[in-house]
Amino acid sequence: MVKKRPSLASRRESVIQRIPILKIRNYLIIPIQIDLDDLSAAQLQKDILQKIDKTGAQGVIIDVSVVEMIDSYLGRILGETARMAALMDAKVVLCGMQPAVAITLVELGLSLEGVHSALNLEGAITMMENILGE
Amino acid sequence: MHEERYINSEIIPILEERDVVICRQACREWARRIGFNLVDQTRITTAASELARNIHEYAGAGEVIIQEVEDETRRGIKITFQDQGPGLDDVEEAMKEGYTSHKGMGMGLPGSKKLMDEFYIQSEPEKGTSVTIYKWLPI
Repeated sequence: MVKKRPSLASRRESVIQRIPILKIRNYLIIPIQIDLDDLSAAQLQKDILQKIDKTGAQGVIIDVSVVEMIDSYLGRILGETARMAALMDAKVVLCGMQPAVAITLVELGLSLEGVHSALNLEGAITMMENILGE
Repeated sequence: MHEERYINSEIIPILEERDVVICRQACREWARRIGFNLVDQTRITTAASELARNIHEYAGAGEVIIQEVEDETRRGIKITFQDQGPGLDDVEEAMKEGYTSHKGMGMGLPGSKKLMDEFYIQSEPEKGTSVTIYKWLPI
């Protein structure tokens, strides 16, 4: 594909949705409960990194249990966020991925290598506290 | 291609970022209503998200046509993504995994092909691109 045309979107006001980031002990919990568009996903990445910086959190749990689809863009954002967080000395655990989402993600060719994952939030908290040595 | 009949259809315009979400939600709703299981619904939704994003990213605007389709033996969903954008210089190259785009990981086109039963692409530089995907209900 040759070059990008100036899109209509750039001239319209796009509404970025913000995801709440909760802090418990020394880690963050981020429950993704909406269908994220690309701009909101990119914003979430920024917000997570800023929150790590501000709070000194050593871990991040991202709960995707109600996320119905992870495509290549969201997959890339999640993988990148984990690597960026690692550079800031914070571990990322992804939890609650639906079976259909996991199947589709792998078929699509995404592996999210290096991202820890847990079956559910409870498992993620246990894993996080083990990683952080509590 | 096959002799096909359309039972129902819907057109979703892609004009801004948010329309990619609206499009994939509509595709999921159609897939669910047609009777696809949860895994197929997710495959269809994910492929739709990749292809609708391509319209937004590369052409700026376009449209998505969702159709409930049947032929002599099967029933399924057909989704067409079309734009009058810059088009592709080399379709074969774009179908290769890792074909660069600044946003994805180069798996938009080949990835959505893997998730669907049939995948057709037509593109001409300066004229636009049309991608058609099918998923059939298991018989």
